[in-house]
Amino acid sequence: MNPMQRFKNIIKRPLGSFAVAAGLAAIAATVNADPLKVGFIYVGPTGDAGWTYSHDLGRQYVEAQLGDKVETSYVESVSEGADAERVIHQMASKGHELIFTTSFGYMNPTLKVAKRFPKVVFEHASGYKRAKNMGTYFTRAYQGRYLTGLVAGKMTKTNVLGYVASFPIPEVIRGINAFTKGAREANPDVTVKVVWASTWYDPAKEREAAETLILQNADVLTQHTDSAAIIQSAQAKGVYAIGYHSDMSLYGKDAHLTATVHNWGPLYLEKAQQVIDGSWKAVDLWPGIAEGTTDIAPLNAAVPEEVKQLVAEKKAAIKAGTLRVFDGPVVNQKGEMVVPAGESLEDAALLGMNYYLQGVQGKLPQS
Amino acid sequence: MSSQRSKHLFGVRLEKRASDSRWMAYCSPLLAILLTLLCGAGIFASLGHAPGAALYTFFLQPLEDFYGWTELGLKASPLLLCAMGLVLCFKAKIWNIGAEGQFIIGALGGGYMALQLDSMEGPWVLFAVVAFGALCGMLWAALAALLKTRFACNEILTTIMLNYIALNWLYYSVYGPLKDPAGYNFPESALFSDSSLLPLLFDGYRLNISLYFALLALACVWTLMSRTLFGFQIAVLGEDASAARYAGFKQNRLVWLALLVCGALAGLAGISEVTGPVGQLNANISLGYGYAAIIVVFLGRMHPVGILFASVLLALTFMGGEMVQMELTLPKSLTGLFQGMLLFFLLACDFLIGYQLQWSRPNRKISTVDIAQKAQE
Repeated sequence: MNPMQRFKNIIKRPLGSFAVAAGLAAIAATVNADPLKVGFIYVGPTGDAGWTYSHDLGRQYVEAQLGDKVETSYVESVSEGADAERVIHQMASKGHELIFTTSFGYMNPTLKVAKRFPKVVFEHASGYKRAKNMGTYFTRAYQGRYLTGLVAGKMTKTNVLGYVASFPIPEVIRGINAFTKGAREANPDVTVKVVWASTWYDPAKEREAAETLILQNADVLTQHTDSAAIIQSAQAKGVYAIGYHSDMSLYGKDAHLTATVHNWGPLYLEKAQQVIDGSWKAVDLWPGIAEGTTDIAPLNAAVPEEVKQLVAEKKAAIKAGTLRVFDGPVVNQKGEMVVPAGESLEDAALLGMNYYLQGVQGKLPQS
Repeated sequence: MSSQRSKHLFGVRLEKRASDSRWMAYCSPLLAILLTLLCGAGIFASLGHAPGAALYTFFLQPLEDFYGWTELGLKASPLLLCAMGLVLCFKAKIWNIGAEGQFIIGALGGGYMALQLDSMEGPWVLFAVVAFGALCGMLWAALAALLKTRFACNEILTTIMLNYIALNWLYYSVYGPLKDPAGYNFPESALFSDSSLLPLLFDGYRLNISLYFALLALACVWTLMSRTLFGFQIAVLGEDASAARYAGFKQNRLVWLALLVCGALAGLAGISEVTGPVGQLNANISLGYGYAAIIVVFLGRMHPVGILFASVLLALTFMGGEMVQMELTLPKSLTGLFQGMLLFFLLACDFLIGYQLQWSRPNRKISTVDIAQKAQE
């Protein structure tokens, strides 16, 4: 075979299969119109072990539960800028009937696309804008933060806790405050040091921040970023750490005390079922430990029995509604009383939280 | 006979061409695209997808409808604007890595103006916002120009560092003074009023007049580079700085001009992004356009038309990457893989501009014997 012929054959083969495959794809698309198409937009990679991973577990849960009644797809690492609107739009125009946009920055893009696709149902995580076909949901992760704070307060020997945070938005600040409140209820001498990593997902930066905190004497770390890097550096340096988003014990089995975990599956299943039944309505949902969307991972064997008991009691109280985490007295960093005893912070105040509580060290950036 | 002889041959030889091949200079990008497609097909096949259908999903499905075409224009415009500024700098061998920062400062400055003029109406509002954005980008580039001409600071370092300063200034602004007072403390500004949003080209599609800005910039920079003394001086400065000095060209003035034009264009791209598809300031207004534009300039061989194609191609790979995720649930890394392959093959194929593959011939001795035998027959 001369070289030219060989070359022709090389390019012919894929071109042939291209035509056949394109035809097959077209046929497949027309036959398969039955299941509910559910789309997910993720801000990070599905393998981040954190935020996006937890949402993807939710997606897989829906698929496992509803089987061939649904067909799910996702787009990962969608930046919260101008690209988001296109991805959401493409999802809607590709026949998805229910779309979950799982990061705050997708709020305005989701709203814009929702207006253009009135028959498609949109669910946006963590935002405050809604429309006839756009609901919002979130989870009371701060309840888990509070419980893990109790553990941290009991386990620290240096009385310094380290917190690697992403960006000073209310969700993150709420987490820091809830953690601090729990820790100081367990151990009034505790202070919490915060390092702002200015990223949601950057394992190298997260590790650096963790190491800075360890150098500053912190012996229990936790994070509000999306990777498990701080667990790994805690394991390497022989201190404790508390995960977030998912059970991260895999990344440091001695260091990992527990973690605040999200469990989106049941919520997503409910929404998908509602769309299938035609009973879906645009509402704002903020479930938590009582509903099971927030939980904590199993406690490390190193945690003493009495602490386990304390955590179990407090968890039961949250479930029963007798404990609301930000129950008074709540004192802010300056020493001013925010909530007197007998009262509790309202949801609206929690949603816009922009101050540290007493026990947090350092200054909140630009508040 | 030639085919018979080639049987005895083994391997290829590289030979320096007497002069660069013009033909190859045009073919190299096409060859690179072809090789990328072939490798891409192989990757899709190894992932268990029909390569043809997967390539179709990646490169053609994004353009199946009009929406896709408008989005392509929207995605390519900022790339093109930034690349048009950068090409001027790179031609003069001024290694300005700072288009990203100039983009951000343009967006931030213009966005600030848009928020200040919130209650005003009239066409001048938009003009003021866009002009101020471009001016801010220009001033940001002026810092690098000042450091280079006055203090002989390496512009690669200064522009990279200015990028970080710009980004953190943006963070400071959206987490602080420019935060929407009614936005539950989330890090974004209020939405801009309608009078400071760029007019859309088609009702219901996001593509706006920033496409015209980009095409106008293309025409201007092309004219500037090929038809003016300034363009000539830039080219000479890039080819041989001492020759430029000898010819009496004012080097500092050229540095200032190239950087200022680049800053203005990148700033224009930035303000077009926030007054276009985004509609407000937030922490994610730049998606790395300033950096991606560097690739675009080299992919487009520093020629305005090449850069136009390159920016469209790069924009398409972003959209295709989203599409294969959605349709085939393949990971996002494919976008980077395709972009990387494209650049890799382009650089590899560029080698053929200066060199040629020579199917190595058998010994001259043997071939003369061959010929002698042939003659006897």
